[in-house]
Amino acid sequence: MSKTNFTRRGLIKTGAATGAGLALPTIFTSGAMGFTNEPTGSTVKLGFNVPQTGPYAEEGLDELRAQELAVEHINGIGDGGMLNTFSSKVLDGTGILGKKVEFVTGDTQTKSDAARASAKSMIEKDGVLMINGGSSSGVAVAVQSLCQDAGIMFMAGLTHSNDTTGKDRKANGFRHFFNAYMSAAALGPVLKNVYGTDRRAYHLTADYTWGWTQQESIQASTEAIGWETVNNVLTPVGAGDFSSYITPVLQSGADVLILNHYGGDMVNSLSQAVQFGLRDAMANGKQFEIVVPLYSELMAAGAGDNIKGVYGSMNWNWQLTDEGTQAFVKSFGEKFGRPPSGSAHTCYVQTILYADAVTRAGAFNPCAVVEALEGFEFDGLGNGPTLYRAEDHQCFKDVLVMKGAENPTTEYDNLEIVEVTPVDQVIYPPNHPMFGGDEASLGECNDGA
Amino acid sequence: MDAIILQILNGLDKGSAYALIALGLTLIFGTLGVVNFAHGALFMIGAFVAVSLQRLFGMSFEQIDETKTDFLGNPLKVNVPYVDSWFGPDVGEWLIDWSVPLAILVAIPVMLLVGFVMERGLIKHFYKRPHADQILVTFGLAIVLQELIKYFFGANPIQTGAPDAFTGSFDFGRLIGFDPNVIIYPYWRLVYFAFAAVVIGAVFSFLRFTTFGMVVRAGMADRETVELLGINIDRRFTIMFGIAAAVAGIAGVMYTPILAPNYHMGMDFLVLSFVVVVVGGMGSLPGAVAAGFLLGILQSFASMNEIKAIVPGIDQVIIYLVAIIILLTRPRGLLGRAGVMED
Amino acid sequence: MRLLGLSRKDTRFLLIVIFLTMATPILLQPFPEGSGLATFNAGYPDLMQRFAIFGIFAIGFNILFGLTGYLSFGHAAFLGVGSYTVVWMYKLLDYNVVYGLPLAVAVSAVFAVVIGYVSLRRSGIYFSILTLAFAQMSYNLAYSVLTPLTNGETGLQVYGNDPQVLLGATEANSPHFFGWVMNDNFWEPVIGGWKFTFNNGYYFTAIIAIIAFYVSLRIFRSPFGLMLRAIKTNQTRLNYTGINTRPYTLAAFVISGMYAGLAGGLMAAMDPLAGAERMQWTASGEVVLMTILGGAGTLMGPILGAGFIKYFENIFSKINDSVLHGWFGFLPDGLEDFLIGVSHFFVGKSWHLTLGLLFMLVVVFLPGGLVEGGQRIAAMFRKKSGGKDDAAHQPKPAPHVAE
Repeated sequence: MSKTNFTRRGLIKTGAATGAGLALPTIFTSGAMGFTNEPTGSTVKLGFNVPQTGPYAEEGLDELRAQELAVEHINGIGDGGMLNTFSSKVLDGTGILGKKVEFVTGDTQTKSDAARASAKSMIEKDGVLMINGGSSSGVAVAVQSLCQDAGIMFMAGLTHSNDTTGKDRKANGFRHFFNAYMSAAALGPVLKNVYGTDRRAYHLTADYTWGWTQQESIQASTEAIGWETVNNVLTPVGAGDFSSYITPVLQSGADVLILNHYGGDMVNSLSQAVQFGLRDAMANGKQFEIVVPLYSELMAAGAGDNIKGVYGSMNWNWQLTDEGTQAFVKSFGEKFGRPPSGSAHTCYVQTILYADAVTRAGAFNPCAVVEALEGFEFDGLGNGPTLYRAEDHQCFKDVLVMKGAENPTTEYDNLEIVEVTPVDQVIYPPNHPMFGGDEASLGECNDGA
Repeated sequence: MDAIILQILNGLDKGSAYALIALGLTLIFGTLGVVNFAHGALFMIGAFVAVSLQRLFGMSFEQIDETKTDFLGNPLKVNVPYVDSWFGPDVGEWLIDWSVPLAILVAIPVMLLVGFVMERGLIKHFYKRPHADQILVTFGLAIVLQELIKYFFGANPIQTGAPDAFTGSFDFGRLIGFDPNVIIYPYWRLVYFAFAAVVIGAVFSFLRFTTFGMVVRAGMADRETVELLGINIDRRFTIMFGIAAAVAGIAGVMYTPILAPNYHMGMDFLVLSFVVVVVGGMGSLPGAVAAGFLLGILQSFASMNEIKAIVPGIDQVIIYLVAIIILLTRPRGLLGRAGVMED
Repeated sequence: MRLLGLSRKDTRFLLIVIFLTMATPILLQPFPEGSGLATFNAGYPDLMQRFAIFGIFAIGFNILFGLTGYLSFGHAAFLGVGSYTVVWMYKLLDYNVVYGLPLAVAVSAVFAVVIGYVSLRRSGIYFSILTLAFAQMSYNLAYSVLTPLTNGETGLQVYGNDPQVLLGATEANSPHFFGWVMNDNFWEPVIGGWKFTFNNGYYFTAIIAIIAFYVSLRIFRSPFGLMLRAIKTNQTRLNYTGINTRPYTLAAFVISGMYAGLAGGLMAAMDPLAGAERMQWTASGEVVLMTILGGAGTLMGPILGAGFIKYFENIFSKINDSVLHGWFGFLPDGLEDFLIGVSHFFVGKSWHLTLGLLFMLVVVFLPGGLVEGGQRIAAMFRKKSGGKDDAAHQPKPAPHVAE
């Protein structure tokens, strides 16, 4: 009924030329399509969906820089960066399967709704084959399930919650970033070495899903080294002033404060904890300590001097000395005048890996790409030998334990690498209870056909 | 007991911030009758005056230090602040260290100017327009201001520390007979509380004891009669707007060591400041201040583990819950005047 | 011609709205694919659906705010409640939206009765803050403590192990209306360089939007609508004449809450995920801005406002450097860099700034909102063409009115 209405009135209004056009046979029909957004021309489009407004905007911009650089390298512009050190050599600088790579960008606003709207516009309007980026686990999970339903590939950006490749894992999605469990597993032994086994920990935890999985993981790993958990207090996201949560800490009998916060919350809670004298205090006859399980360069910069000597973990850092890292830092630094952040590295690597997987599979079909990435082992992209595990699409590689530098020389080396925790120490079975247990399933890969 | 005293201190500190923001807002909103959604942005601009001053003092030229290397392996460029080379390192470092308190001196004229320009250029035309139009125009202005700040300062929080003299904590407990090191409280937060008390006192006395204040108060109550007496109330309202902007601005300056400023901090405080003003009662300055402290203290208590154990998540909603209860039991908030923005 | 109890003028108005809504997939694709301006095309399913959904949301909000003058700052709560209801129906029954949508309207009506009954005890700013407080409480709880019910930050979604008791073996695995799958396009013609997408979901929401618009038209023209306007003009006088206004305002509040619930339900019907952010004060503020921007109290204004804000959010935020280079690439280098530098202030990551400026410009130069702009343009054309009598009676919508 609506259709007749449209044609009748539409014909009157839109004039003869268009009217004649309406009668033409359609080129595109759903039946003729092999898979969603199958590229037919000489180019192929990728979508970079990152926060450009809101609290994580700087991180998003750094991700965009890295993605732009990755596209240049894939298209044969610039010095090739990590393509020269990557163990797989199928990419030759002529784009992907001979098609030049183009990209579109969007703003996630760090909101699930806005991120999905932006991703949908990339899929429906721009015809992208893969979406990459993001700076929050809620957004990553939301966009991942959208890409699964639409039948395109999703490469998560900065997402640290266990759920992304845990209970919310999807066949069309992969994560290069590490997760809360791996952070905790890497931090445990280091904390044991520096602070001993007889410690009492007090947790402040951001009251949402990432915070909870982070807290659960770090509690398990600190209790495994003999620490006692005094209390876990949930704090509202964006609380700003954490004083009412910090003042009870010293009275609680704890001697370590673990801040399961990220972004602005981490900057504020850490600075305020230092302001309340926690770093200078003595408790149970020991020096009081603060631990921030997840670090990022931009947040460390926001916290300024307050991070000195505070332990945390990272997925990757530009100060690594392997060949791949050096090539990437040189390439990025020369173009943008600053070293890349960890989330920039993740987004760069994922773009390269996607291009490589398509080339190895010889097809853009997402199911073929998924097959090429599953169980893929490679080297030369930083962090040493790396595995994309087939069972849950989580990437496994060495994890960095970091510490706030005591005497940074520039604004970029305020964190220093304490230890590179080997991958064997942070790996876990795909049906681990923190990752959805036996019930978690990737489902079937979807190509949208 | 000590835990409760600490939470009262926390509450007073939060309350100081709430009261200061609400004080400025209530001058514009509760008395001039303009729904000013850009008030949070004024607070934010104040904070960035402090950031700018710190940057200004920290402005430096590059010297190449051959002994160190940067991340690309080139010789490291070391930045030397101009103030160090002009006034010698001692005075230079002192200026950088004390940039936040010094920023108040800069913020007052800057914010007065911002307030005047805003009122003369924009708000003046909206006194008689519907509240809806005021919301749209001030919200638009707030977005523009925060995007400009984002353009120049980025989106990340910027750590702006208090002077070294104020780091560390004051042993408040010993003062009232507790053991040492039981109730300690950071100096800067006590300074903030004292500062808020001074500013609130100054604004009150200004309105109460000066002729200017008397005229403004008369103008709020009955604008027409005051105008009939041949008094130029417009000019005084402009000045009031400037004062409100200045109060918001210096509140922002002094808050920077507590909360690292970022470009959207104004929006974060916006909703809260409206709640405080309305709970205090429209048109009442004492009401706004009282509501600020009340909500600050209640929020601190709601954050206590003992209370959260009984009602999970209470700290997330306490402010709104209290607002609802007060507005239902007292129709015009704590101390509101009849007929202000009730239609 | 008169239709469905409308006056001749309103019938024509409704027909124009129907036409524009139905032709949206064509009207919003003015530029051929591959041309530099194709970035400005908005005729893809997701954005068209959003135009229709936020149009419904704003139409409903306008029934409360435009008619009674009560400014609710908490309408996003009903949007969220509607979305959660629909997704829960997916989880429990199946993907057919026929169960969820009516329930979403009903549940949000219940919420609206409770919140409205309490909040309407106060008026003016006190009412606004009460509604704001309720919505913020809902948001904060949904984000944290109520996670078992709302799935918190991630957003409520359907999992493989959900009961879905009615799910048939051959049934679509995404939202549908008796097999009319929302994600599918029933026609994707390519004509010359132009590509049009006729999407099932869009037409589903469009038809509901037209019905919603018709209902609001009837309310505006009814004695009930007149009473609501009287409340806006002078509530005290009404009270003195012995009329109890509370039932009328409550009815308006509940109706607009149901519109919001319907809009929220449709959001979940187009995209089966319900995020907590849609209950945040910024979302409540957005519908206020949409209504005022378009023109509060006018029939078409809120829809226009909704279209503008969503257009900026989805189109301007996507203009990046490579798009800009595409536009200005033909210019000499210095000029190109300059223009790109200037554009940085307004597009891509700075799309908020453009929106803020638009708010200010509209409210300063068009006190009646975008609708007044449309009227002025219409008046200008009338002057040129010598002035036709009937045009003066016709609320002339702007070209993109179907947004």
